[in-house]
Amino acid sequence: MARNITYQQAINEALAQEMERDPTVVVMGEDVAGGMEAPGEDDAWGGVLGVTKGLYPRFPDRVLDTPISESAYIGAAAGAAASGLRPVAELMFVDFMGVCFDQIFNQAAKFRYMFGGRAVTPLVIRTMYGAGIRAASQHSQALYPLFTHIPGLKVVMPATPYDAKGLLIESIRDDDPVIFLEHKVLYGTEGDVPEEPYTIPFGEASVVREGSDVTVVALGRMVLLAEQAAAELEREGISCEVIDPRTTSPLDTETILESVEATGRLVVVDEAGPRCGMAADIAARVAQDAFGDLKAPPRMVTPPHTPVPFSPVLEDVYVPTPETIAAAVRETAGREAAAPA
Amino acid sequence: MPATAPPGTGQLTREQLLEGYRVMRTIREFEERLHVEFATGEIPGFVHLYAGEEAIAAGVCAHLGADDYVASTHRGHGHAIAKGCDVKAMMAEIYGKQTGLCHGKGGSMHIADLDKGMLGANGIVGGGPPLACGVGLTARVKNTDQVAVSFTGDGGSNQGTFLESLNLASAWHLPCVFVVENNGYAESTPPAYHQSGVDVAKRADGFGFPGVVVDGFDFFAVHEAAGEAIARARAGGGPSLLECKTLRYYGHFEGDQQTYRGAGEVEEVRRTRDCLATFVQRVTNAGILDAEDLERVDQDVRGLIDEAVTEAKAGPDPTPAEVETDVYVTY
Repeated sequence: MARNITYQQAINEALAQEMERDPTVVVMGEDVAGGMEAPGEDDAWGGVLGVTKGLYPRFPDRVLDTPISESAYIGAAAGAAASGLRPVAELMFVDFMGVCFDQIFNQAAKFRYMFGGRAVTPLVIRTMYGAGIRAASQHSQALYPLFTHIPGLKVVMPATPYDAKGLLIESIRDDDPVIFLEHKVLYGTEGDVPEEPYTIPFGEASVVREGSDVTVVALGRMVLLAEQAAAELEREGISCEVIDPRTTSPLDTETILESVEATGRLVVVDEAGPRCGMAADIAARVAQDAFGDLKAPPRMVTPPHTPVPFSPVLEDVYVPTPETIAAAVRETAGREAAAPA
Repeated sequence: MPATAPPGTGQLTREQLLEGYRVMRTIREFEERLHVEFATGEIPGFVHLYAGEEAIAAGVCAHLGADDYVASTHRGHGHAIAKGCDVKAMMAEIYGKQTGLCHGKGGSMHIADLDKGMLGANGIVGGGPPLACGVGLTARVKNTDQVAVSFTGDGGSNQGTFLESLNLASAWHLPCVFVVENNGYAESTPPAYHQSGVDVAKRADGFGFPGVVVDGFDFFAVHEAAGEAIARARAGGGPSLLECKTLRYYGHFEGDQQTYRGAGEVEEVRRTRDCLATFVQRVTNAGILDAEDLERVDQDVRGLIDEAVTEAKAGPDPTPAEVETDVYVTY
């Protein structure tokens, strides 16, 4: 039975249900219990935003606070995965990948291939990403293209509570290392989520809005902004098809290409930067595989090639908005902007 | 560090001694042969030889079962052999053949066999210690008595991953043993230059668990110290650190001109402290094994390595289509 719950609750529920189902699932990370052996252990924090709240009292042997020591515990999660557990390790902010990236991309990602297919690494790294809460340059990045670049990693970035739960359960049951990206601005968003466990396969895009004039591919939080832009554009007589790939690796290129075949126009909205990001990647694929269908050049809507700024004024300029998305759609559709009312 | 420790052979059965000797001799023969074969140009890529350090792998792994794990280094052939990996499949892997232990996908630096508890040689210096912590965590969560051994060089002991892993293993009271093979050089840089403090073993003090220095040429000393550390881990006593002082006989990699070495440095050690020579001297002096026993092992090992090289060279290459297999379990 579906209820209206938040993105954060959906993630918590997925973890609890999988821990209940499978005794090899272990949740570990900085403050995920949030006060093991502290005076306030009974009301442990459950993560800096409380996403894992309540798991530690329920599964005291399998929810582990770690030292602030990402290389050691992310590597330990990889070693545990290779030796029989299904760890869900939390990297508090994706920006911290810099201190443990070797353990992710040289170790966990490569075991299977380097070892000739004779290893499985059922590891999930949950991590919070994205701008929007004035967290500044080292706590706001959208680094998913870096993971997407690495063969051996699967990269998942749900935009809705429903997708968050189904994709997280899929991630935990998957035998490959999965990077599961949670947008910090989405934690409080609500949606209908079934109470029972369910999975959503990787590599299947969600067509969140059907349309005929322009294909808009958006990722993570950008899906919500693209939907807002599409609603506005509909009033102007431009019909957008909004596609959320949901996973960047594997990427459902088929759904994107089919849509572009019908619309002939593509806008990609990416919270990662303009260079070597998902927008560039998807635009390049469409240019290569559907050039003949295109009626206009593909357009990318991304932040500028800068670190994420702190000042609210600057951060708001940095992140794509429904307005910048709509402007790109109008441009590719050959329409003038609507006259100000 | 005495040049010759007390015999200590009384603790070990004849079978255990023969096995220790067989492992050390196999590693030596494997590495010496690779040194020769690499010079012909037939072996692709990078090869880092373990010769000189055999007593460590043999002395430590003698205490491990197939479901115990080791996380190894770029100088990993010795650990793989001591952990029971198939020697012929290892050789084929080093030649990049389909018949290799990793079907030619890994090579010398990534030899692994998880069924044997060999969690992989590792191309990243300091890459292994966190993985060993993970195995320790598995043992803890599954409530088994498995032990994880992390091998690291003196160079790797300066990596953050090593020091972080000592802390994590201590904080989580994990069944891990950190073995530091201090072999005289981090690539070309000696510990006197790169290492703070006299002994890496002392670093264990700061993390609240035992750290001991062992003569890495002495099979018996390594065997005894590793036995204590592994038994302690297995019994729930938490991590330990063993620093084994040794010397590698060859370069950092094959082809290394080793201009940084002192004149006669390796020759002197080979002459006076070689782990195989001292082992033979002690077991024969003690009258437990005789020359015939050892010669039988030598012959078997020579035959095995000959066959391994012959079969590796004759083995099939991977097919081009295999470049795209084994990336994911499912995609």
